[in-house]
This record gives sequence, structure tokens and C-alpha cells, in this order.
Amino acid sequence: MSQEGGLLDIGKNYQDKYGFHDPEKFIFKAEKGIDKRVVEQISWHKNEPDWMLRFRLEALEIFQKKPLPNWGDVVLLNKIQFGEIFYYLKATDKKSENWADVPETIKNTFQKLGIPEAEQKFLAGVTAQYDSETAYHRLREDLVKQGVIFLDMDSGLKEHPDLVKEYLATIIPQMDNKFAALNSAVWSGGSFIYVPKGVEVKVPLQAYFRINAKNAGQFERTLIIVDEGASVHYIEGCTAPSYSQDSLHSAVVELIAKPGAHIRYTTIQNWSNNVYNLVTKRAVAQKDAIVEWLDGNLGSKLTTKFPCVVMTGEGARGEVVSCAFAGVGQHQDAGAKLVFAAPHTSGTILSKSISKDGGRATYRGLVKVYPQAHDVKVNVRCDALILDDRSQSDTYPTMEIEGDRVNIEHEATVSKIGEDQMFYLMSRGLSESQATTLIVNGFFEAFTKELPMEYAVELNRLIQLEMEGAVG
Amino acid sequence: MSEKLLIIDNLHVSVENKPILKGVSLSVEKGKVHAIMGPNGSGKSTLSHVLMGNSKFQTTQGHIFYEGKDIAALKTHQRAQAGIFLGFQYPTAIPGVTVANFLRTALKAIRGEVAAVKGFRKLLTEKMASLQMGPEFATRYVNEGFSGGEKKRLEILQMAVLCPKLSVLDETDSGLDIDALKVIAEGINRLRGPDNAIVLITHYQRILNYVKPDFVHVFMDGRIVRSGGPELAHELEAKGYDWLDKNLAGEAAAR
Repeated sequence: MSQEGGLLDIGKNYQDKYGFHDPEKFIFKAEKGIDKRVVEQISWHKNEPDWMLRFRLEALEIFQKKPLPNWGDVVLLNKIQFGEIFYYLKATDKKSENWADVPETIKNTFQKLGIPEAEQKFLAGVTAQYDSETAYHRLREDLVKQGVIFLDMDSGLKEHPDLVKEYLATIIPQMDNKFAALNSAVWSGGSFIYVPKGVEVKVPLQAYFRINAKNAGQFERTLIIVDEGASVHYIEGCTAPSYSQDSLHSAVVELIAKPGAHIRYTTIQNWSNNVYNLVTKRAVAQKDAIVEWLDGNLGSKLTTKFPCVVMTGEGARGEVVSCAFAGVGQHQDAGAKLVFAAPHTSGTILSKSISKDGGRATYRGLVKVYPQAHDVKVNVRCDALILDDRSQSDTYPTMEIEGDRVNIEHEATVSKIGEDQMFYLMSRGLSESQATTLIVNGFFEAFTKELPMEYAVELNRLIQLEMEGAVG
Repeated sequence: MSEKLLIIDNLHVSVENKPILKGVSLSVEKGKVHAIMGPNGSGKSTLSHVLMGNSKFQTTQGHIFYEGKDIAALKTHQRAQAGIFLGFQYPTAIPGVTVANFLRTALKAIRGEVAAVKGFRKLLTEKMASLQMGPEFATRYVNEGFSGGEKKRLEILQMAVLCPKLSVLDETDSGLDIDALKVIAEGINRLRGPDNAIVLITHYQRILNYVKPDFVHVFMDGRIVRSGGPELAHELEAKGYDWLDKNLAGEAAAR
């Protein structure tokens, strides 16, 4: 049922709906490029404790020394002009809890993107980040009373320095990879969430990330800690204007699921085609905890992202369900990593990718089972749908199995839309593009059915825009 | 005289340069049910696909007129929008697309308007019940993991929801047990009306016990070789296609 809105709502293209931009107005804009001075400025503007400045400067050193990763799309990665990016853009110095107080242009942007409306209808909390800084955040009163913390990361650092210091970079250290180091050096914004023991946050929390400025870098840092037996569903959405110059989005997301906790992290990103989206996402699932990544990748020039779950306690479970849509000039290099470090753990990877108009979709996956992890059950499935002869799909599954009694199922399919399917649908009145869209929506159903209804509808609509965009 | 809904005039069709239809002529009036019977491989299914505009087949000669217009230039979806329906012998699975979503999308494509969610649900539930389909059917994926009988039911359900003017049912009866056949036949009978016509393609006479045709045509080697009333079907059932084959050979020799 969730697909219905998607197909019926004939839409506009990205340019109309998301591609707009506001005039650039900043309270502070750091110089182009990255060096010690830029990093110090960021920290100064944020009035951070010394340890955070040291953390940033250490990371900068690592970033400068570390080579680009040799995995992923090396050709595209090498095209990134790190010196051409603006690493810190402060468009507002107020974080409001009331939409009325958000600066006019920023408020209009988020209104166009439907954020306040969504908050009213079906969210328990929202943060909205505009370039480097958060413009709005709010959490429902009852959750505040239960001790739930949902802040932008900068406020998290100010208000809960001990928690941040205890957990930050424990899952993804600065030296993890070049982009994690970069993020650690220049991070700004992102979400900080803490859910106390036994508290179940039943309604989703959402963050919306918007890049507005040209050549902007957005480096949000998200840290979610869910204490014993607690649960949360966090959703993030991302868009940017269509510029001919490249932007860089490089986030770091760390999740900690304590014993018996349940975290579901949903991403619907729809970057414009000039955004390099290079994100490191990793979770730890302790005893009997469940971590689910739902990762929807549309848009961007290059997305490199492999959400990871490390099972560190017995009975832990990790799931990664992802979909990717690679259109003209795009490479979706997405996948998943499951690392089993404890016995009696299990995990699932389900990856669905579509490539079209010369786009390239890659599944890159890792399943690693350490010797101490016995009785592990893993199910990996990746399906690729290629819509024309110019497009490409490739699969790089890696398995490193050292534990005993490991049960792995792996299945991969590559398919094209069958002529008989097209004829069948067209015989029911659907045009060629409507028929293709319906088949594509059906292909992604395994992903969309996991989403709250509103997001499923939105995702199907986005897919339809992609399908139409290519025609026009 | 009733209005002609469909006129097929000396239709010749090939696939990959191999002739399949070799001069089919047939006219169908509104309100009538025509049965086309014939042995396997005689070209019956090809005829149904050509009526629906399957681009796999090339028309080399002849015309199809629907509502008085030659429809050679109409694509498959335009034919559907004009009110032509094909009930498939082998319906295709559309993974991940629910029956409800599929039907609502099709209804919108054909009517050109979005059916209100509530009204559509009611319509769908009613039509499914009449075909003895449980409500869970609406949430299953189109033809995925369906039994033969379920697939055929879904075809008739689509026909019931879309209300076509011309329904071409390609071996809708094959592979059904007697109970399923009765349900399907009742479904077809409910859709008979003064403004629409049905072309029922079948290998066996059996379904014609439940869906009474106005005309019966025998199809052999790419052509209609004999036309008559319902009695022709009984004769064929009793004596077999071989009988007609020999009979025709005799007629040809006598000419």
C-alpha cells in the first residue's frame, strides 16, 4: 500500500523541488581550503573546550598525512579538490526551538522541504542543519522528561561534555580513514542522542541536512547512545542545491547499542549531482542488542558508504537494508559491513541497486567473523537491476570467516526488466515510463516497506523524479 | 443491427519472418461472446497478443478496426486505454508490486483519474469476494508465487475492475479444476453486457458449458476455418480437431 502515492503523484524534477538555493548570507565563512588556522577558527567560533581543539588538530594531522583510500572509486575520489572547499559556513548563530525564530530564508528553505509539517504530523523530535550549523531543534516534552537527549552535536558537547568525551570517536577513531580524519578535524553539527535505560522512543526522531552554499563542505558528526533495553528510530534526510561546482559531504556516524537496546537508523539522502558523499557509519551492538541501518541512496556524484555493525556481545544482531539509484554521471558505491566478534550472533544484508542512463551501482560488502565468534548466522542478498545497456552494476562481496559453525547464505542477482513484464503492464494502460517506474518501485519494495508510510511515499516519489529526470 | 466493436480483416502476422496468422477475418458485435477454439500451435494466442499490440509480432497484411478505427498505430497502453483487455494465458509476475497498487495504478492509467482510496478499497474488496478471493490477496505481489488458478483469478479480477469494452481471454480456462472453472466462468458471465464483447480463446469445449458463446469459430493453422453457433463446439468436442481437419481436406479436394 505504501507505494500508492509514489506513482500517482506526477512530479517535477530535482531542480524545482530541491535544486533551489538561497542567497548566501553568513555570519562567518572560513577561508577556502583547510589548514590549522581554519580548524582553530571553527573551534573558536564554537567556543569549545581545549580537548576538542586538540582532538581536531590531531585529526587534521592524520588527514594531511593519510592517503586517499584505495578502495572505492579511486578515479572519482582523486578528482576531489580539497583546496576548493569551504569547510565552515555559519549562516546562523541561533539554534531555535521555535520555527518562528529561525531566520527567514532558512525557515523558508525548510518549509519548502516540508520539515515543520513533518514534525507536526509524525515526529517526536527534529533538528534541521543548514550548511555547517543547526538552525532548529526540538524534542517532545514527554521525552525530555524521560531523560532522552536529542540535541545537535555542538549543543551536545556543551551540555553533556562528559558523555561526549566518553563515547566520541570510540567507534570510528580519527585515523579510521582519511574522511573520518577530515570530519574529526572540521566537524560541525550532526545529532547527539542519548536514550536512558529502558526508555522506548516510539515515534521517530529526525534530522534534516541541507547544504546551501556553493563549494560547501558539510561535516556533521552524529553520536547515538542507547542504553540498556532502550530503543530509538532516527531518520535523516539530505538535499542540496544543484550547482555546477562540487560540494563535499563527509559525515561520521557512531551508534552504540548497549545490552538489549534497539537502534534503527534510516537515511533517505537525495543529494544533487554535484555532491561527493563520503560517509563513515558504524555501530556497535552489545549483548542481545539490535542495530538496523536502513540506507536509501539517491543523487550525489559519488556516494561511498558502507554502514557497519560490529556485534560485540552474545545474541547481538545487525541488519543493513539499503537501496541505491545510480543515474547519469553518478556512482553509488554502497554496501554494508557486518563484523561478528561474539558467539551466537546474527546478521542480514539486503542490498537493492538500480543503474540507469550510464549510472554505476556498486555493492561492496564485508562479512567478517572473528575466531571467538562461533554459531553465527549471516544472510547476504544483493539484487541489481540494470535499466539500459549503458549502465553498470558490480558486486564486490568479501567474506573473512574464522569462527566455527558459521552459517552463511549469500545470494546475488543481476537482472533487466523483461519484455513480458513491460507488455503485461502496458496491456493494463501504463505507458512505458509508468510501467518501468512501477517495476522499479516494486524492486525497491523490500526497502520501502520498512519505512514509515510518509517516507515510503516520499522515496517512491523521488524514484519517480529520477525516472522522469532522465527522459527530459 | 448491433454495432461492430471489432473487425479483423484478412490479418497476416509474422514473427521473425515466420508467418503465424494467415488471413484471419472476424467481426465482433457489442453484447456478444465469441469463442475461438483450436489446437495448440494454431496461432490463437498470437491473435490475442496482436490485438493487444505486442510489438514482437509484425503485421504484414490486413487490418484491425476497433470502434471503426484502424488501430495499427496504437501502442499497447493506448489500446488498453481505449478499452481493450487481454486476459493472459501466462500472466507475468511483478515482484514487490501489490495487487492493490497494481490495480489502482492501472485504473488510473485507463480512467485518467485517481480513484479515491476508500472507494477503490470497497470496489476491490467486492470484486475479490465475488471471485472467492480473500482480502489478503490485495496485499500479495502480482502473480508472485501464485498457483495457476490464482493467476487466472487475478486476470478476471483485473477485467472486473477495469471494465473493458473488448475482453480477449486467452485460455483463461486452462489448468483449472472444475470448481475454479465455475468461479471464473461466473466472473466472466457477470461482465457480459450490451455494451461490451468477449472473445474467449480456448482449447477445450469445457468452459463453454458455463460461458455460453453466441458464436464459435474454429482456428487452425493461422486462420478461422469454420464458424457457427454453440453446437459447433459440441461437435468438435465429440469428434476432435482431426475430424475437422479431414473434413476440411475433403472439402478442399472437392473444390
